[in-house]
Amino acid sequence: MALSVAATGFGLLWLVLVLWTLLWNGFNAISPTLFAEMTPPPGSTGGLLNAIFGSVVMTFIATLIGTPTGILAGTFLAEYSRGSRFGEVVRFINDILLSAPSIIVGLFVYEMMVVRMGHFSAWAGAVALAIIVIPVVVRTTEDMLNLVPNALREAAAALGTPKWKVIVMVAYRAAIQGIVTGIMLAVARIAGETAPLLFTALNNQFWSTNLNAPMANLPVVIFQFAMSPYADWQVLAWGGALLITITVLCLNIAARALASWSTFKQ
Amino acid sequence: MSEATARRAMPISSPGRPQTGVHVAARHKVMISNVDFYYGTFKALKNITMPLHDKRVTAFIGPSGCGKSTLLRVLNRIYELYPGQRATGEVSVDGENILSPGVDLNLLRARIGMVFQKPTPFPMSIYDNIAFGIRLYEKLSHHELDGRVESALRRAALWDEVKDKLRQSGLGLSGGQQQRLCIARAVAVQPEILLLDEPASALDPISTQRIEELIAELKADYCIAIVTHNMQQAARSSDYTAFMYLGELVEFDETEVIFTHPKQKHTEDYITGRFG
Repeated sequence: MALSVAATGFGLLWLVLVLWTLLWNGFNAISPTLFAEMTPPPGSTGGLLNAIFGSVVMTFIATLIGTPTGILAGTFLAEYSRGSRFGEVVRFINDILLSAPSIIVGLFVYEMMVVRMGHFSAWAGAVALAIIVIPVVVRTTEDMLNLVPNALREAAAALGTPKWKVIVMVAYRAAIQGIVTGIMLAVARIAGETAPLLFTALNNQFWSTNLNAPMANLPVVIFQFAMSPYADWQVLAWGGALLITITVLCLNIAARALASWSTFKQ
Repeated sequence: MSEATARRAMPISSPGRPQTGVHVAARHKVMISNVDFYYGTFKALKNITMPLHDKRVTAFIGPSGCGKSTLLRVLNRIYELYPGQRATGEVSVDGENILSPGVDLNLLRARIGMVFQKPTPFPMSIYDNIAFGIRLYEKLSHHELDGRVESALRRAALWDEVKDKLRQSGLGLSGGQQQRLCIARAVAVQPEILLLDEPASALDPISTQRIEELIAELKADYCIAIVTHNMQQAARSSDYTAFMYLGELVEFDETEVIFTHPKQKHTEDYITGRFG
């Protein structure tokens, strides 16, 4: 008991320290210019607008690619491949992908897209992030569909409902909140991923909406600026870090609220 | 609305007692012949042969695991949702063998309604719960659909309780109301046969009574098969009773005969509570 309390305290201490340092340094960096100006060259003032924009764009595209793919694959596992050998294999591979280090995903996309296209691009970044989203969504979709009682499927089938309609109109409806929660957690995860973007979207000092060109993004900017010797870059990195943390925190809280709301409703 | 009124005006058998006139030979709606059923390699039904009469209630009784629910699940082939379950033999509905491979399962199930042990409202509004099945096979105007939903809810004696909250979730109803919602949903698609798998076993006595009254009303139009653990319920609400044991049909006869002078010693022992 004493030991476990001590261990908990030890863990919490570091968490508090990390958050405290982040808040302390980050708050000083948060200002209107952070959202209004581009990343500056060393020595001049600027903000993170292009990086924020790039992160949002790539996260959005990754979610757009990853969510439908993940939901459909999860549906296959839960509804069509029950007890089949192939389903087992797919589930196993998905679990491996789920725990694969993100830098490997980055390297893979680097080999497959960046090298072949000859340049870094926002597309490659979005694809790398999508590859991280997919296994998370597959897993949650499958788990949530498995929680839908078979009695409900039987009841729908007993009315003469074709199987795809049973899934779309009854099973999805019963599982939707869980699935959305999973998607939000996946988005929260990719919001802070650095490694896959380092090899794919790289970075861009300027405003760019060209998806075929390198695009700025918060994690890589933080990485670059924090390692730099320039004080104003370091301040911006703190600001970016705080921004990501708050975003992830909000997504997590929203996901939790959604999950508890759904259990409350049932 | 007019349909609902017409149906309510129809003669209703006094609830809680089998209709007199049961001795008049009723038409065979369903004929089950030599049906075997397997869960994988386990044989759960052994050579079942019996009829189900139109506009009559047939009760399946017997101890747990005797195969009565399984037999019910053969009648709409709902068992086919699960790999490894199969039935052999013949079940003819109006002369057509529904166990033959060419049968369209969805159309078959649209003709044969089923209500399960636990209420299974869909996660949608009360209205949509009822309209769901209707929309599958019929294209109706809003007005017609409203009428069908209302008449189904009226038939299930639920209309007065839910008419002001049709847009609310079906999950918010009480257990007894949910079960009547499920009956309304099954009735709404106007099936020919109703299969009831212990429909009242999860309900309180008052809800149970309402369900039994409902069955008595519904049999004017349907061929009804009901699985029940409750002997009194079988005696009260059915016209015919099948007693099953270990996958075999021990005795099938008019309910009165089964409960007053059964031919098999086994049936008598079960009815009188000596085992089971």
